[in-house]
Amino acid sequence: MSTAILEEENALKTKASEPVKRVSIIISKGTLDGVYPGLIMANGARMEGIEATVFFTFFGMNAILKKKMDKLKVATVGNPAMGMPTLLGAIPGMSSFATHMMKKEMDRLDIPPVSEFIEMIEDAGGEIYGCKAAFEMFHLKEEDLCAQVKEIITVGDFYEKSAGAQIIFT
Amino acid sequence: MKEREVAGKVVAFDDENFMVNYKDWDLDVATALAEEEGLQSLNDRHFTVLEFLRRTYEEKGTGPTIRRLTKESGVPTKELYALFPGAPAKKAARIAGIPKPKGCI
Repeated sequence: MSTAILEEENALKTKASEPVKRVSIIISKGTLDGVYPGLIMANGARMEGIEATVFFTFFGMNAILKKKMDKLKVATVGNPAMGMPTLLGAIPGMSSFATHMMKKEMDRLDIPPVSEFIEMIEDAGGEIYGCKAAFEMFHLKEEDLCAQVKEIITVGDFYEKSAGAQIIFT
Repeated sequence: MKEREVAGKVVAFDDENFMVNYKDWDLDVATALAEEEGLQSLNDRHFTVLEFLRRTYEEKGTGPTIRRLTKESGVPTKELYALFPGAPAKKAARIAGIPKPKGCI
């Protein structure tokens, strides 16, 4: 019995050292800071030769809507990590200001705007999908979506397309 | 760091197989490294990328981000991935004889 446990441990070790081959990243938030981590991870995956699928759902859909994708903002209210008192964060223009500052820093690091980033990921061979439930809930139309969206899919399709991938929810 | 012979020259590499001194690089070394990376031959477009990487490294002490590379070298993202299949940034840096790219983008 003890050997069985040892063998199991060895099997786990072999598995752990296996390189990541595919990732399936879900982006569910529509704030600037909610969208970028997923995009950076998807692009980073492609740069490493890892297959990447990005699935946008709920407010994350804003990142693939032509009219909204480059107008995402940082939340200054309900975001304790900002270190800004809620009442101060609620002052008109505060979110735009914080967004402006963050975009400046990102530009310095060569992080592209959302539309360009999505284009980069698609050009790099990543696949972009939108969520059917959110698409219907927000009364969206095909023409609202950026050109890189391959398809609007159901959660079932998503799992099918994620076969063999690590699923990352952001 | 370890030294080995590449295209008749003794060249030093770091633990991840990137060249330690980019000045040891020449066309023969590039061709030999490309072969190690699975590229049978290098064409003009490969060299556009390699020269851009080397120039940026020489000027700034670090290789360009993939975004700068595609925007300024005139080699678009799709082509870059086709030229250096797999992990383009790393592969190109290795063949260009510059250190491993450090950025996340």
